[in-house]
Amino acid sequence: MTPFVDIAFLILSFFIMATKFKPPEPVKIETPNSVSAEKLKESNAMLITIDNKNRVFLNISSPRDNSKLDRVIENINTRRNLGLTPAQMQNFKNSPIIGVPFTQLKSLLSLPADAQKPETQPGIPVSDSLNNELVWWITETQSAFAGDKGFLYLVKGDNNSKFPAFESVIDALKRNEVFKYNLITAQEGAPEGTELYMLRKQ
Amino acid sequence: MASIDTGGDEGHKKGPGVKKAKKLSTRVDMTPMVDLGFLLITFFIFTATMTTPTTVKLNVPKDTEKKDEEQKIKQSGALTIMLGKENQVYYYEGELDPKGANFKQTTFTGIRDIIINKKKSVIASYVRDPKCEEEKRAEGKPIEDCKTEDFMVIIKPTVDATYKNTVDLLDEMTINQVDRYALVKIADTEKMLIAATEQAAGIK
Repeated sequence: MTPFVDIAFLILSFFIMATKFKPPEPVKIETPNSVSAEKLKESNAMLITIDNKNRVFLNISSPRDNSKLDRVIENINTRRNLGLTPAQMQNFKNSPIIGVPFTQLKSLLSLPADAQKPETQPGIPVSDSLNNELVWWITETQSAFAGDKGFLYLVKGDNNSKFPAFESVIDALKRNEVFKYNLITAQEGAPEGTELYMLRKQ
Repeated sequence: MASIDTGGDEGHKKGPGVKKAKKLSTRVDMTPMVDLGFLLITFFIFTATMTTPTTVKLNVPKDTEKKDEEQKIKQSGALTIMLGKENQVYYYEGELDPKGANFKQTTFTGIRDIIINKKKSVIASYVRDPKCEEEKRAEGKPIEDCKTEDFMVIIKPTVDATYKNTVDLLDEMTINQVDRYALVKIADTEKMLIAATEQAAGIK
Protein backbone atom coordinates (compact mmCIF):
# COMPACT_ATOMS: atom_id res chain seq x y z
CA MET A 1 0.00 0.00 0.00
CA THR A 2 2.82 2.41 0.70
CA PRO A 3 3.88 2.80 -2.93
CA PHE A 4 0.26 3.56 -3.74
CA VAL A 5 0.34 6.45 -1.31
CA ASP A 6 3.62 7.66 -2.78
CA ILE A 7 2.19 7.78 -6.29
CA ALA A 8 -1.01 9.39 -5.08
CA PHE A 9 0.90 12.20 -3.41
CA LEU A 10 3.13 12.66 -6.43
CA ILE A 11 0.15 13.17 -8.72
CA LEU A 12 -1.43 15.42 -6.14
CA SER A 13 1.66 17.61 -5.94
CA PHE A 14 1.74 17.85 -9.70
CA PHE A 15 -1.79 19.16 -9.84
CA ILE A 16 -1.24 21.57 -7.00
CA MET A 17 1.76 23.10 -8.72
CA ALA A 18 0.38 22.94 -12.24
CA THR A 19 -2.81 24.83 -11.55
CA LYS A 20 -2.58 28.55 -11.06
CA PHE A 21 -4.37 30.14 -8.21
CA LYS A 22 -7.32 32.30 -9.20
CA PRO A 23 -6.41 35.94 -8.60
CA PRO A 24 -8.15 36.83 -5.36
CA GLU A 25 -11.38 38.64 -6.02
CA PRO A 26 -11.18 41.99 -4.34
CA VAL A 27 -14.90 42.56 -4.79
CA LYS A 28 -17.31 39.70 -4.40
CA ILE A 29 -19.26 39.16 -7.61
CA GLU A 30 -21.77 36.50 -8.46
CA THR A 31 -21.91 36.29 -12.23
CA PRO A 32 -25.00 35.08 -14.02
CA ASN A 33 -24.98 31.75 -15.86
CA SER A 34 -24.82 31.54 -19.59
CA VAL A 35 -24.94 28.74 -22.12
CA SER A 36 -22.08 30.35 -23.97
CA ALA A 37 -19.25 27.89 -24.41
CA GLU A 38 -16.57 30.40 -25.29
CA LYS A 39 -13.70 30.30 -22.89
CA LEU A 40 -11.94 33.42 -21.80
CA LYS A 41 -8.74 33.83 -23.77
CA GLU A 42 -5.53 34.65 -21.98
CA SER A 43 -4.69 38.15 -23.04
CA ASN A 44 -4.26 41.70 -21.90
CA ALA A 45 -7.58 42.96 -20.78
CA MET A 46 -9.45 45.74 -19.13
CA LEU A 47 -11.89 44.35 -16.60
CA ILE A 48 -14.87 46.49 -15.66
CA THR A 49 -16.64 45.09 -12.64
CA ILE A 50 -20.15 45.99 -11.55
CA ASP A 51 -21.04 44.77 -8.11
CA ASN A 52 -24.46 44.23 -6.58
CA LYS A 53 -24.49 47.76 -5.17
CA ASN A 54 -24.07 49.12 -8.71
CA ARG A 55 -20.52 50.28 -8.06
CA VAL A 56 -18.14 50.19 -10.99
CA PHE A 57 -14.57 49.02 -10.49
CA LEU A 58 -11.69 48.92 -12.89
CA ASN A 59 -8.76 46.61 -13.31
CA ILE A 60 -6.32 46.61 -16.19
CA SER A 61 -4.22 43.48 -16.52
CA SER A 62 -1.20 43.22 -18.72
CA PRO A 63 0.71 40.30 -17.26
CA ARG A 64 3.58 40.35 -19.68
CA ASP A 65 4.18 44.04 -20.10
CA ASN A 66 3.44 46.19 -17.10
CA SER A 67 4.91 49.34 -18.61
CA LYS A 68 1.74 50.13 -20.52
CA LEU A 69 -0.04 50.65 -17.22
CA ASP A 70 2.47 53.40 -16.52
CA ARG A 71 1.34 55.19 -19.63
CA VAL A 72 -2.28 54.88 -18.62
CA ILE A 73 -1.81 56.41 -15.19
CA GLU A 74 0.55 59.09 -16.46
CA ASN A 75 -1.92 60.22 -19.09
CA ILE A 76 -4.77 60.17 -16.61
CA ASN A 77 -2.63 62.24 -14.31
CA THR A 78 -1.91 64.90 -16.94
CA ARG A 79 -5.37 64.92 -18.48
CA ARG A 80 -7.20 65.30 -15.22
CA ASN A 81 -4.62 67.28 -13.30
CA LEU A 82 -4.51 64.92 -10.40
CA GLY A 83 -1.05 65.80 -9.14
CA LEU A 84 0.08 62.25 -8.52
CA THR A 85 3.61 61.62 -7.35
CA PRO A 86 5.77 59.06 -9.18
CA ALA A 87 5.49 56.77 -6.15
CA GLN A 88 1.72 56.90 -6.33
CA MET A 89 1.78 56.20 -10.04
CA GLN A 90 3.97 53.18 -9.37
CA ASN A 91 1.44 52.03 -6.83
CA PHE A 92 -1.20 52.02 -9.53
CA LYS A 93 0.31 48.84 -10.91
CA ASN A 94 0.04 47.08 -7.56
CA SER A 95 -3.49 48.13 -6.76
CA PRO A 96 -5.85 45.19 -6.92
CA ILE A 97 -8.74 47.23 -8.23
CA ILE A 98 -9.69 50.88 -8.67
CA GLY A 99 -13.13 52.00 -7.60
CA VAL A 100 -12.88 55.66 -6.76
CA PRO A 101 -13.63 58.91 -8.53
CA PHE A 102 -10.68 60.89 -9.80
CA THR A 103 -10.84 63.18 -6.79
CA GLN A 104 -10.10 60.30 -4.45
CA LEU A 105 -7.53 58.60 -6.66
CA LYS A 106 -4.60 60.44 -5.10
CA SER A 107 -5.48 59.31 -1.58
CA LEU A 108 -6.17 55.78 -2.74
CA LEU A 109 -2.81 55.45 -4.43
CA SER A 110 -0.94 56.76 -1.40
CA LEU A 111 -2.08 53.68 0.49
CA PRO A 112 -0.08 50.46 0.04
CA ALA A 113 -1.82 47.83 -2.06
CA ASP A 114 -3.04 45.66 0.81
CA ALA A 115 -4.42 48.59 2.72
CA GLN A 116 -6.65 49.65 -0.14
CA LYS A 117 -10.01 48.23 0.77
CA PRO A 118 -12.17 47.69 -2.29
CA GLU A 119 -15.21 47.12 -0.08
CA THR A 120 -15.19 50.70 1.15
CA GLN A 121 -14.53 52.31 -2.21
CA PRO A 122 -17.52 54.18 -3.63
CA GLY A 123 -17.04 53.04 -7.21
CA ILE A 124 -16.16 54.98 -10.34
CA PRO A 125 -18.92 57.48 -11.08
CA VAL A 126 -20.69 56.50 -14.30
CA SER A 127 -24.33 57.31 -13.80
CA ASP A 128 -24.10 60.94 -14.84
CA SER A 129 -23.65 60.80 -18.60
CA LEU A 130 -21.99 64.22 -18.59
CA ASN A 131 -19.42 63.06 -16.10
CA ASN A 132 -18.90 59.41 -16.90
CA GLU A 133 -15.36 58.97 -15.58
CA LEU A 134 -15.11 55.54 -17.13
CA VAL A 135 -14.89 57.25 -20.52
CA TRP A 136 -11.54 58.79 -19.57
CA TRP A 137 -10.17 55.54 -18.25
CA ILE A 138 -11.14 53.69 -21.42
CA THR A 139 -9.70 56.41 -23.65
CA GLU A 140 -6.31 56.24 -21.98
CA THR A 141 -6.28 52.45 -21.88
CA GLN A 142 -7.20 52.35 -25.53
CA SER A 143 -4.32 54.60 -26.53
CA ALA A 144 -1.83 52.79 -24.30
CA PHE A 145 -2.77 49.39 -25.75
CA ALA A 146 -3.30 50.71 -29.25
CA GLY A 147 -1.21 48.12 -31.04
CA ASP A 148 -2.45 45.18 -29.03
CA LYS A 149 -4.81 43.27 -31.31
CA GLY A 150 -5.90 40.76 -28.73
CA PHE A 151 -6.82 43.34 -26.13
CA LEU A 152 -10.14 42.50 -24.56
CA TYR A 153 -12.75 44.57 -22.80
CA LEU A 154 -14.38 42.46 -20.15
CA VAL A 155 -17.48 43.30 -18.21
CA LYS A 156 -18.11 41.32 -15.07
CA GLY A 157 -21.45 42.16 -13.56
CA ASP A 158 -23.16 40.84 -10.50
CA ASN A 159 -26.55 39.16 -10.84
CA ASN A 160 -28.28 41.80 -8.81
CA SER A 161 -26.73 44.89 -10.30
CA LYS A 162 -29.31 47.02 -12.00
CA PHE A 163 -29.41 47.77 -15.70
CA PRO A 164 -28.62 51.52 -15.51
CA ALA A 165 -25.10 50.78 -14.26
CA PHE A 166 -24.58 48.31 -17.08
CA GLU A 167 -26.03 50.79 -19.54
CA SER A 168 -23.59 53.48 -18.39
CA VAL A 169 -20.70 51.09 -18.85
CA ILE A 170 -21.88 50.24 -22.38
CA ASP A 171 -22.30 53.95 -23.03
CA ALA A 172 -18.74 54.67 -21.89
CA LEU A 173 -17.46 51.96 -24.21
CA LYS A 174 -19.55 53.23 -27.12
CA ARG A 175 -18.23 56.74 -26.69
CA ASN A 176 -14.76 55.32 -27.15
CA GLU A 177 -15.87 53.45 -30.25
CA VAL A 178 -15.51 50.10 -28.55
CA PHE A 179 -18.26 47.91 -29.94
CA LYS A 180 -17.05 44.43 -29.13
CA TYR A 181 -16.68 43.24 -25.60
CA ASN A 182 -17.17 40.16 -23.48
CA LEU A 183 -19.43 39.55 -20.52
CA ILE A 184 -18.01 37.16 -17.97
CA THR A 185 -20.46 34.46 -16.99
CA ALA A 186 -20.50 31.06 -15.40
CA GLN A 187 -20.96 27.96 -17.50
CA GLU A 188 -24.38 26.45 -17.94
CA GLY A 189 -25.52 23.58 -20.14
CA ALA A 190 -27.87 24.18 -23.07
CA PRO A 191 -31.45 23.43 -22.03
CA GLU A 192 -32.77 20.21 -23.46
CA GLY A 193 -34.89 20.27 -26.56
CA THR A 194 -33.88 23.73 -27.68
CA GLU A 195 -32.20 24.56 -30.96
CA LEU A 196 -28.87 25.15 -29.31
CA TYR A 197 -29.04 21.76 -27.65
CA MET A 198 -29.67 20.11 -31.03
CA LEU A 199 -26.89 22.12 -32.60
CA ARG A 200 -24.40 21.05 -29.98
CA LYS A 201 -25.37 17.44 -30.16
CA GLN A 202 -24.32 17.21 -33.77
CA MET B 1 -7.04 -1.80 11.40
CA ALA B 2 -3.79 -1.09 13.13
CA SER B 3 -2.44 -3.86 15.14
CA ILE B 4 0.50 -4.04 17.42
CA ASP B 5 2.15 -7.38 17.87
CA THR B 6 3.96 -7.45 21.16
CA GLY B 7 5.18 -11.01 20.96
CA GLY B 8 4.54 -13.64 23.60
CA ASP B 9 4.04 -12.30 27.09
CA GLU B 10 3.49 -15.53 28.88
CA GLY B 11 7.00 -16.74 29.24
CA HIS B 12 8.25 -13.59 30.99
CA LYS B 13 9.27 -13.93 34.58
CA LYS B 14 9.06 -11.00 36.91
CA GLY B 15 12.73 -10.71 37.61
CA PRO B 16 14.05 -8.13 40.13
CA GLY B 17 14.30 -4.92 38.17
CA VAL B 18 15.12 -6.61 34.92
CA LYS B 19 12.79 -5.49 32.23
CA LYS B 20 13.60 -6.45 28.70
CA ALA B 21 12.43 -4.06 26.01
CA LYS B 22 9.72 -5.86 24.13
CA LYS B 23 10.10 -5.87 20.40
CA LEU B 24 7.08 -4.13 18.95
CA SER B 25 6.21 -4.33 15.32
CA THR B 26 3.62 -1.87 14.19
CA ARG B 27 1.65 -2.32 11.06
CA VAL B 28 -0.60 0.53 9.98
CA ASP B 29 -3.10 -0.13 7.24
CA MET B 30 -2.52 2.43 4.43
CA THR B 31 -5.83 2.06 2.63
CA PRO B 32 -7.60 5.10 4.12
CA MET B 33 -4.61 7.25 3.27
CA VAL B 34 -4.79 6.15 -0.34
CA ASP B 35 -8.49 6.98 -0.37
CA LEU B 36 -7.78 10.46 0.96
CA GLY B 37 -4.99 10.94 -1.55
CA PHE B 38 -7.18 10.10 -4.50
CA LEU B 39 -10.00 12.22 -3.20
CA LEU B 40 -7.72 15.22 -3.07
CA ILE B 41 -6.42 14.52 -6.56
CA THR B 42 -9.93 14.31 -7.96
CA PHE B 43 -10.78 17.57 -6.24
CA PHE B 44 -7.83 19.34 -7.82
CA ILE B 45 -8.53 17.89 -11.23
CA PHE B 46 -12.06 19.22 -11.18
CA THR B 47 -11.29 22.64 -9.78
CA ALA B 48 -8.41 23.11 -12.19
CA THR B 49 -10.61 22.66 -15.22
CA MET B 50 -13.42 24.78 -13.85
CA THR B 51 -11.43 27.96 -13.27
CA THR B 52 -11.69 29.26 -16.82
CA PRO B 53 -14.76 31.45 -16.87
CA THR B 54 -16.86 31.61 -19.98
CA THR B 55 -17.74 34.78 -21.80
CA VAL B 56 -20.65 36.04 -23.79
CA LYS B 57 -19.57 38.09 -26.76
CA LEU B 58 -21.57 41.23 -27.07
CA ASN B 59 -21.40 43.37 -30.19
CA VAL B 60 -23.34 46.58 -30.28
CA PRO B 61 -23.99 48.65 -33.37
CA LYS B 62 -22.86 52.25 -33.64
CA ASP B 63 -25.46 54.66 -32.38
CA THR B 64 -25.65 56.56 -35.64
CA GLU B 65 -26.62 53.47 -37.55
CA LYS B 66 -29.27 52.37 -35.09
CA LYS B 67 -32.04 54.55 -36.46
CA ASP B 68 -31.63 53.09 -39.92
CA GLU B 69 -31.49 49.54 -38.57
CA GLU B 70 -34.74 50.00 -36.69
CA GLN B 71 -36.56 51.21 -39.75
CA LYS B 72 -35.23 48.48 -41.98
CA ILE B 73 -36.72 45.59 -40.05
CA LYS B 74 -40.20 44.56 -41.02
CA GLN B 75 -42.78 45.06 -38.33
CA SER B 76 -44.07 41.57 -39.04
CA GLY B 77 -40.84 40.02 -37.92
CA ALA B 78 -40.12 42.18 -34.91
CA LEU B 79 -40.52 40.99 -31.35
CA THR B 80 -39.90 43.52 -28.60
CA ILE B 81 -39.14 42.20 -25.14
CA MET B 82 -39.07 44.47 -22.11
CA LEU B 83 -37.59 43.56 -18.76
CA GLY B 84 -39.33 44.93 -15.70
CA LYS B 85 -38.62 44.59 -12.02
CA GLU B 86 -38.89 41.37 -10.06
CA ASN B 87 -38.06 39.25 -13.12
CA GLN B 88 -41.18 40.26 -15.00
CA VAL B 89 -41.07 40.13 -18.77
CA TYR B 90 -43.33 42.08 -21.12
CA TYR B 91 -43.46 41.76 -24.87
CA TYR B 92 -45.30 42.70 -28.01
CA GLU B 93 -45.00 41.78 -31.64
CA GLY B 94 -44.45 44.34 -34.35
CA GLU B 95 -45.39 47.87 -33.42
CA LEU B 96 -46.87 48.84 -30.11
CA ASP B 97 -50.60 49.33 -30.37
CA PRO B 98 -51.53 52.81 -29.12
CA LYS B 99 -54.08 51.34 -26.75
CA GLY B 100 -51.62 48.70 -25.64
CA ALA B 101 -53.72 45.88 -27.03
CA ASN B 102 -50.80 43.72 -28.01
CA PHE B 103 -48.82 44.40 -24.84
CA LYS B 104 -48.44 41.08 -23.07
CA GLN B 105 -46.78 39.80 -19.96
CA THR B 106 -44.89 36.60 -19.23
CA THR B 107 -41.99 35.22 -17.22
CA PHE B 108 -38.51 34.06 -18.10
CA THR B 109 -39.67 30.50 -18.52
CA GLY B 110 -42.51 31.55 -20.79
CA ILE B 111 -40.48 33.84 -23.00
CA ARG B 112 -38.61 30.98 -24.63
CA ASP B 113 -41.82 29.56 -26.10
CA ILE B 114 -42.81 33.01 -27.31
CA ILE B 115 -39.49 33.40 -29.11
CA ILE B 116 -39.69 29.92 -30.60
CA ASN B 117 -43.25 30.47 -31.81
CA LYS B 118 -42.44 33.85 -33.30
CA LYS B 119 -39.46 32.41 -35.08
CA LYS B 120 -41.61 29.57 -36.46
CA SER B 121 -44.25 31.96 -37.70
CA VAL B 122 -41.65 34.12 -39.43
CA ILE B 123 -40.20 31.05 -41.13
CA ALA B 124 -43.70 29.90 -42.11
CA SER B 125 -44.65 33.24 -43.64
CA TYR B 126 -41.42 33.51 -45.58
CA VAL B 127 -41.88 34.55 -49.18
CA ARG B 128 -39.09 33.37 -51.45
CA ASP B 129 -36.60 36.14 -51.92
CA PRO B 130 -34.21 35.29 -54.76
CA LYS B 131 -32.00 38.30 -54.10
CA CYS B 132 -31.42 37.19 -50.51
CA GLU B 133 -30.71 33.62 -51.62
CA GLU B 134 -28.14 34.85 -54.09
CA GLU B 135 -26.42 36.86 -51.38
CA LYS B 136 -26.30 33.88 -49.08
CA ARG B 137 -24.87 31.66 -51.79
CA ALA B 138 -22.21 34.24 -52.50
CA GLU B 139 -21.30 34.39 -48.84
CA GLY B 140 -21.29 30.63 -48.53
CA LYS B 141 -24.09 30.59 -45.97
CA PRO B 142 -27.11 28.28 -46.07
CA ILE B 143 -30.23 29.57 -47.79
CA GLU B 144 -32.16 28.68 -44.63
CA ASP B 145 -30.82 31.89 -43.12
CA CYS B 146 -33.00 33.87 -45.51
CA LYS B 147 -36.07 32.54 -43.77
CA THR B 148 -35.13 34.32 -40.57
CA GLU B 149 -33.86 37.49 -42.24
CA ASP B 150 -36.85 39.44 -41.02
CA PHE B 151 -36.88 38.04 -37.53
CA MET B 152 -35.45 40.50 -35.04
CA VAL B 153 -35.70 40.65 -31.28
CA ILE B 154 -35.45 44.04 -29.61
CA ILE B 155 -34.47 43.89 -25.98
CA LYS B 156 -35.44 46.86 -23.84
CA PRO B 157 -34.52 46.59 -20.18
CA THR B 158 -36.05 49.06 -17.73
CA VAL B 159 -34.29 50.86 -14.95
CA ASP B 160 -35.36 48.16 -12.50
CA ALA B 161 -34.16 45.21 -14.54
CA THR B 162 -31.15 43.42 -13.14
CA TYR B 163 -27.98 42.45 -14.98
CA LYS B 164 -28.96 38.82 -14.57
CA ASN B 165 -32.21 39.48 -16.44
CA THR B 166 -30.30 41.05 -19.32
CA VAL B 167 -27.76 38.25 -19.54
CA ASP B 168 -30.49 35.62 -19.28
CA LEU B 169 -32.31 37.17 -22.19
CA LEU B 170 -29.12 37.42 -24.23
CA ASP B 171 -28.67 33.76 -23.41
CA GLU B 172 -32.16 33.02 -24.77
CA MET B 173 -30.96 34.54 -28.03
CA THR B 174 -28.15 32.00 -28.18
CA ILE B 175 -30.33 29.13 -26.99
CA ASN B 176 -32.94 29.74 -29.66
CA GLN B 177 -30.38 30.65 -32.31
CA VAL B 178 -31.69 34.15 -32.89
CA ASP B 179 -29.21 35.92 -35.15
CA ARG B 180 -30.53 39.43 -34.95
CA TYR B 181 -31.16 41.17 -31.70
CA ALA B 182 -30.43 44.54 -30.22
CA LEU B 183 -30.24 46.19 -26.81
CA VAL B 184 -32.25 49.38 -27.06
CA LYS B 185 -33.30 52.12 -24.67
CA ILE B 186 -36.89 51.79 -23.51
CA ALA B 187 -39.44 54.28 -24.81
CA ASP B 188 -41.69 56.43 -22.63
CA THR B 189 -44.93 54.87 -23.87
CA GLU B 190 -43.59 51.46 -22.94
CA LYS B 191 -42.49 52.72 -19.55
CA MET B 192 -45.98 53.99 -18.86
CA LEU B 193 -47.56 50.71 -19.91
CA ILE B 194 -45.25 48.77 -17.66
CA ALA B 195 -45.92 51.10 -14.73
CA ALA B 196 -49.66 50.72 -15.28
CA THR B 197 -49.41 46.93 -15.44
CA GLU B 198 -47.33 46.80 -12.29
CA GLN B 199 -49.80 48.99 -10.43
CA ALA B 200 -52.72 46.90 -11.61
CA ALA B 201 -51.06 43.74 -10.41
CA GLY B 202 -50.17 45.25 -7.08
CA ILE B 203 -46.88 47.06 -6.64
CA LYS B 204 -44.23 44.37 -6.87
